[in-house]
Amino acid sequence: MENEETNMDQTEVKALKAFAIRIRLATLDAIHSIGSGHLGGALSIADVMAVLYGREMNIRVEDPAWPDRDKLVCSKGHAGPGVYGTLAVKGYFPYEELKTLNKNGTRLPSHCDRNKTPGIDVTTGSLGQGTSQACGLALGDRLKGRKNRVFLIVGDGEMDEGQCWEAFAFAAAHKLSNLVVLIDWNKKQLDGLCNDILPMGDFVKKMEAFGFDAVQVKGDDVEAIAVALERTRQGGDKPYAIVLDTVKGAGVEEVANTLMNHSMPVNDEKYEKWTTELKAELAALEG
Amino acid sequence: MKIVYNGEMDTRLCKEVLGATIPEILESDSDVVYLDADLMSCIGTLKYGAQHRDRAIDCGIAEANMAGVAAGLAMAGFKPIIHSFGIFASRRCFDQVFLSGGYAKNDITVLGSDPGVTAAMNGGTHMPFEDVALYRVIPGSTVLEPSDPTCLMSLLKQAVDRPGIKYLRVGRKSMARIYADGSELPIGKAPVLRDGTDVVIFAAGIMVHEALQAAASLEKQGISAAVVDCYTIKPIDRETVITMAKKTGAVVVAENANRHGGLYSAVLEVLAENCPVPAANVSVEDEFGEVGTQSYLQQRFGLTAAHIEEKAKSVIVRK
Repeated sequence: MENEETNMDQTEVKALKAFAIRIRLATLDAIHSIGSGHLGGALSIADVMAVLYGREMNIRVEDPAWPDRDKLVCSKGHAGPGVYGTLAVKGYFPYEELKTLNKNGTRLPSHCDRNKTPGIDVTTGSLGQGTSQACGLALGDRLKGRKNRVFLIVGDGEMDEGQCWEAFAFAAAHKLSNLVVLIDWNKKQLDGLCNDILPMGDFVKKMEAFGFDAVQVKGDDVEAIAVALERTRQGGDKPYAIVLDTVKGAGVEEVANTLMNHSMPVNDEKYEKWTTELKAELAALEG
Repeated sequence: MKIVYNGEMDTRLCKEVLGATIPEILESDSDVVYLDADLMSCIGTLKYGAQHRDRAIDCGIAEANMAGVAAGLAMAGFKPIIHSFGIFASRRCFDQVFLSGGYAKNDITVLGSDPGVTAAMNGGTHMPFEDVALYRVIPGSTVLEPSDPTCLMSLLKQAVDRPGIKYLRVGRKSMARIYADGSELPIGKAPVLRDGTDVVIFAAGIMVHEALQAAASLEKQGISAAVVDCYTIKPIDRETVITMAKKTGAVVVAENANRHGGLYSAVLEVLAENCPVPAANVSVEDEFGEVGTQSYLQQRFGLTAAHIEEKAKSVIVRK
């Protein structure tokens, strides 16, 4: 059965929704194992990660270094646990390894590291730096004649960093239409609400002004995300931006309702409660 | 490698050498890309850049982005060279070079032009005395300061294929001619330009010429001074430092940089662990730069042959 507006197979939509729940469960498994972590911003990207790794990206799980693969730059590197959750569900490394998050000698450090984790394409952690690296990757892949694309996830708080805007000007100047910037507009940064700290205005207008083809979608609507991403396959002479209207902590109500949820403890009691909720949701979805 | 020093200046300006060598490297290796931050005109690459926009990329006045883009290009399989004035190529993009480059194992060659007092008329805002110290502390980095145009060409060609972060602090003006054309100066080595028995002067960049002049003057006064070209500031040539320090028993270090964290520090680290001998520095003391002619600034900050001579005599007394 297809949705008439999007032509998307509803079985696939359901599968993407289930993937997003599994990413959230995996994120909780990882963070619970160490007791606390960057929960809010890891949960808010679960839906877009599901669409990227479940549908849009051309990747080979068995060959993470395949040069022609699509690449992900999670510039908000602190969302590492959410990315690791995705990679673990996809099978880049054993699921149980999620429980080594931040443990001494781990391959899963709090922030993404391309030299440690199978499937992590770019090292990030100092905010803003992933944006320029993504531009260099997109330009370099194009110069090498590769047909792949580079997907860049940037946080809304991260947009405070001037480097992002240097990079976006560069992307437009070099017509990097193989670059898709995904802005996680979850309205919060570490110290509170973005609008209370450094309001950035309308991201769609800003990105358009910087020379991007920009749209905004509901960040928890996998179908809308999928459609927006599908649009970016057409090439052209502009880089793409998709503003994801998300909620920090999305998918776990109690976390989403907590104002200061950038980094949160996940004790045994909360873990049981939240994973039980997510598992029930998954069961309802999959029948 | 052949030493041809006779006190005269090389007929080539360093910016002309850069303007010829960078295109030569790009033409000989299709994996090399060159990025600049709106300063191609200053090192003679603008014409080549205008004709080869995919290989010589002008990033605009955005050094942090340039360093990050270079890291991305490295991941895509390229060997990037980035250039800006030394202050911008160090302070302005340090975190990007450190993390997106060094930490992430994306190899980048960084050219920082106008080192120290050679920034002259651009003044204190443009005068890097601290760039050597910054680049020395990046794990696995290589820090180079060529002493003449031939040395510059040789080091740049080697640096491109070397792993890690490679920083070359390079002048744009004329320098004394030290080496015969075509000489190869291996990274990691510190050639003894002049042997001596009473004191050794370890020098880098423009200070090599000053050191050779000081040594000639000292010889007339009956003092035998050795001069070593420390164009490799990191990894320092420990063997040569130890051998020459033991042989002479007195050390002077001459650098166009702040006394903290540069060549003086690098030499002292080796001496302290291996052969503690009296040492003195001819460096910029703990000061910021200022505007002026290079010759005025060398006087102002104590970076002349006369200052080296004075320090050499004082350190010999302390043996």
